[in-house]
Amino acid sequence: MTVRVQTADFDIGVEINQLRQARKDIGAVVSFVGLVRDLNDGDTVSQLTLEYYPGMTEKSLAAIIQQAKSRWNIMDALIVHRVGTLQPSDQIVLVIVTSAHRGDAFSACEFVMDYLKTEAPFWKKEANSAGEHWVEAKSADDTARDRWSIEK
Amino acid sequence: MKIKLFYFARLKETLKYSTEDLELPDDVLTILKLKSVLAKRGDVWGQMLMGKLKVRAAINHELVDDKAVINDGDEVAFFPPVTGG
Repeated sequence: MTVRVQTADFDIGVEINQLRQARKDIGAVVSFVGLVRDLNDGDTVSQLTLEYYPGMTEKSLAAIIQQAKSRWNIMDALIVHRVGTLQPSDQIVLVIVTSAHRGDAFSACEFVMDYLKTEAPFWKKEANSAGEHWVEAKSADDTARDRWSIEK
Repeated sequence: MKIKLFYFARLKETLKYSTEDLELPDDVLTILKLKSVLAKRGDVWGQMLMGKLKVRAAINHELVDDKAVINDGDEVAFFPPVTGG
């Protein structure tokens, strides 16, 4: 299991190769990459700044992977989340899950993202020509997380 | 008892505090009680911690609710609902 919070960009190819290294039992790799959009809730975005809680954020991400591991038959998982100042089209977050079969990896990857969005301590601040503002949490993200407690 | 407090995002900016060490009486202290103590510091503290805005709390890096009990030496944090990903 790997969890990293960093200002630097990431390379999905490098990360996938590392997870696959020396393993021949992996049958599926599912990944998710989140990007900065130049438009959010009708406002243009020229810059995004991400803050986090050093210590708690890493623990929270590790706990989310543990939950996914206890729920699906996955081999390994990685989360890389960027912080600091980002521009539109920059990569923000990467989740990769490996498993023997695709079903477990697909579900676990989506579960990790849904929990990350609602549980992991990160906060976004958007800036454009009109000024800057903190991004409000969305109830749709809570709904996305909550469906995991009723289905498997 | 002594605790260490952290504030993040909008709370940090508005309260103009990132962290502080706090000495408190040794009676039972919950998150809710701590919020009401801090709210007495003035308008903006009340608005941020006891107002309409949602505030989440953590004790020693675990998310907790208002009823959670704080102990001597704990690290307590207040922050808005999270918006990562």
